Amino acid sequence: MTILQDATKTKDHQKSPPKSTPLLLVIAGAIIVVALTYVLPPFRNYQLATIGAYFCVTAGLTVLTGLNGQLSLGHGALMATGAYTLALWQNKFDLLLPGIALAVLVTTVVGGIIGLAAARLRGPYLAGLTLAVAVVVPSITSTFDKTFNSDQGLSVALDPPPGVIPVEQWQAWLCWAGALLTVLVLAYLVRGRFGRDLRAVRDDETAAKLAGVGVARTQVMAFVVSAACAGLAGALFAVLAQSVSPGAFPLTLSLFLLMAIVIGGLGRLTGALIGAVLLVALPSVAQSIAEDAGSQHLEGNLALTFFGVVLVLVMLAAPGGLAALKFPRRSRRQKG
Amino acid sequence: MTTGRPQGTGLLEVDGLTAGYGAAPVLHDVDLTVGAGRIVAVLGANGAGKTTLLRTISGLLPAAAGRITFDGVDLRGVKVERMVRHGIAHVPEGRGVVTELTVDENLRLGNLWRRRPKKRGGLDEIYDLFPALAGRKNHLGHQLSGGERQMLAIGRALAARPRLLLLDEPSLGLAPKLTAQILGLLRDLRDRTGLAVLLVEQNVRSALSIADEGVVLNLGRIAARERADKLAGDADLRHAYLGF
Amino acid sequence: MDRFLYLTFDGLSRGAVYAAFALALVLIWRAARIVNFAQGAMAVATAYAGYSVADATGSYWLGFLVAVTGGLVLGAVVERVVMRFVDHSSPLNGVVVALGLVLIIQGVLGMIYGDGYRPAPAPFSRDAFEIGGIAILSRYDLFVFAAVGAVVVLLTLLFTRTATGLRMRAAAFAPDVSRLLGVPVGGMLTLGWALAAAVGSLAGMLVLPTELGLHPNAMDLLFVSAFTAAVVGGLDSPVGAVVGGLVVGLLLAYVGGYLGATVAPMAVLVLLVVVLLGRPDGLFARAKARTA
Repeated sequence: MTILQDATKTKDHQKSPPKSTPLLLVIAGAIIVVALTYVLPPFRNYQLATIGAYFCVTAGLTVLTGLNGQLSLGHGALMATGAYTLALWQNKFDLLLPGIALAVLVTTVVGGIIGLAAARLRGPYLAGLTLAVAVVVPSITSTFDKTFNSDQGLSVALDPPPGVIPVEQWQAWLCWAGALLTVLVLAYLVRGRFGRDLRAVRDDETAAKLAGVGVARTQVMAFVVSAACAGLAGALFAVLAQSVSPGAFPLTLSLFLLMAIVIGGLGRLTGALIGAVLLVALPSVAQSIAEDAGSQHLEGNLALTFFGVVLVLVMLAAPGGLAALKFPRRSRRQKG
Repeated sequence: MTTGRPQGTGLLEVDGLTAGYGAAPVLHDVDLTVGAGRIVAVLGANGAGKTTLLRTISGLLPAAAGRITFDGVDLRGVKVERMVRHGIAHVPEGRGVVTELTVDENLRLGNLWRRRPKKRGGLDEIYDLFPALAGRKNHLGHQLSGGERQMLAIGRALAARPRLLLLDEPSLGLAPKLTAQILGLLRDLRDRTGLAVLLVEQNVRSALSIADEGVVLNLGRIAARERADKLAGDADLRHAYLGF
Repeated sequence: MDRFLYLTFDGLSRGAVYAAFALALVLIWRAARIVNFAQGAMAVATAYAGYSVADATGSYWLGFLVAVTGGLVLGAVVERVVMRFVDHSSPLNGVVVALGLVLIIQGVLGMIYGDGYRPAPAPFSRDAFEIGGIAILSRYDLFVFAAVGAVVVLLTLLFTRTATGLRMRAAAFAPDVSRLLGVPVGGMLTLGWALAAAVGSLAGMLVLPTELGLHPNAMDLLFVSAFTAAVVGGLDSPVGAVVGGLVVGLLLAYVGGYLGATVAPMAVLVLLVVVLLGRPDGLFARAKARTA
């Protein structure tokens, strides 16, 4: 009985959904992005596009880790799955939108398989398994090098954008179309029953079970949803880079994604946006610092270090760690 | 001369102690004295603050206000892990046997606080006190019965050679006969070695049977403080606070 | 048959390294209930320090000593400065902080040494010498066995025969009770991290000459293999870690030898999945009982 009461109490602590509908926000976002693409120089448009692609995957991870409490270090590998799927498809058929759809589908299936395993694992075991996925999966490109061409990777055949639109602008439109669609779907998903179930399972599995929530089913669904987002992001990255290679999806990428959602504030889609912006902005800043210093060693590594420091500091500064980030208004229970 | 009133010259002196968990204090303005070689029983209903009192004395909980001195030393600011050096051993509620370690290892932990192995002395004395443990030296803690665990926890505390033993609910889950045996042992130790005991006990009758003095806690305040035999005979007090 | 024998000894030699690294993970898990995901990065950091000293002085052994002592220091620092302040109400907090450390260490190493591979020479020949006409073992393999064997023996002695070992075990199993008995629990935790990191650094030094060389990410796969080894053995069990390490080593050697080197990492992943799913709660059961 007390468990059930606890569960309802925790639910009360969740914010009631804000009144502005996601649809309006997304339309507003679309207008802003399109307007931006007309004023930004090409390189900035490319960065804007990259933010959009990152936003897809951070939004999905926010649902998985923030709302459902599952930690995945394998989303870099899932992005690779989407990217390679698109590359293979494009080099055969050269039809971008069906290719992206296929990339999402294939990644969703792979994510479902990992999710089935993940639903039975907790804490460090799940982290370890997904870490293993992130480390091991790139080696598949060498095992099946005829298909994936080892470390060199594949180039991605792409038609030039329609009309006289610059490539970067077109990329930004494409990535943000994907990102805003993703966010729209996720926003409506997490407002409904699914979102309630996600939180219930995260907060107290036993209580959720008693309340009739299918714990394993919810966890697998969370993984599937976030995998689909990662697949889309991967496909968009393939379009952006016009090539795919294992080196583009290292373990570090997964760690960056984790950092992005932790810093953005776990469990909020706006946090996922902040995280995506940081993922593009910080390395860019770090790179200009490195160029000023004239040091090649600094390039990339400065951003790496900075991300690490921020991640550790955020975790240490938030009393209760992840939980505090998840439930900002929840007071810690006292032991009696 | 036992008047049942504290004389202000005890081994352990607690003055105006207020303590508890977080913002809400469990103990309010508690005064208490335990003289050397005396057994003081802390009595009271569930939630009266008995365990909190012991945990605050041994430093597991911080005191919000008040003083705790032991043999003239101010115990505030003494870390939990240094209490045993001052001569205080605490047997926590639920016994606190390390179930993953053997009986012998548990007992050795008792006097491990002495840095020099020579000074630690043997455990033979403890095994003499608790012959049941001697036969099970190499059994793991979780293989022991409830009574054996209680003996082990007390034995381990005694291995530290304390001057004051804080003992929390030794009778919990034990057969009456075993409880009597353990309490009898405490009385013998007091008589033989001058050990002081602060005993928290639900089982009021057994506790008062060996105690010199009884202190009744009610809702975190001292409700009564009397000689044990007097307390056992005071029907009003018994009814009001002790429920028999 | 010759090849099988060769692969078996090769697998045992690798397995010994995985065993040592898995032992490091188990040590911290037992002491702090944290899987130290930064173990690999920490080992890389000390290996860089070790090989820098070795390059500067010309003495591999001085470098080896620096790496292992460096591990001791780094482990203590990580516990004192970072891990001590992590909230342990959720096991994920420790994991995320450790991953943050991975980023920091790899970034700093990259800034100092660059991202290229640096050579990591072996102190002994890695050419197998022949016994009865079959080439099965190299002098380096023997060194690996001796080093890991020494670690296992020393750790066993420490934990079963010394007062400090008893204190460490008690502090890990029952911190509050240990505190009441005068055990400096915080100090024991620091010591545990220091020891574990030193063992991890030793394993790192042993594995490097058999790999491509020194690189900020050089231990990623070692970590995965060792984590698998630790899980195979049960995260709580030092003996299990050693057995698990040998199992993973043999698996990698056979799969790599018969199916191709690029398949070997997949085999580790498959083993990890099978073990994790085969005993979904069994692996966790003891830990749960303990914290209850």
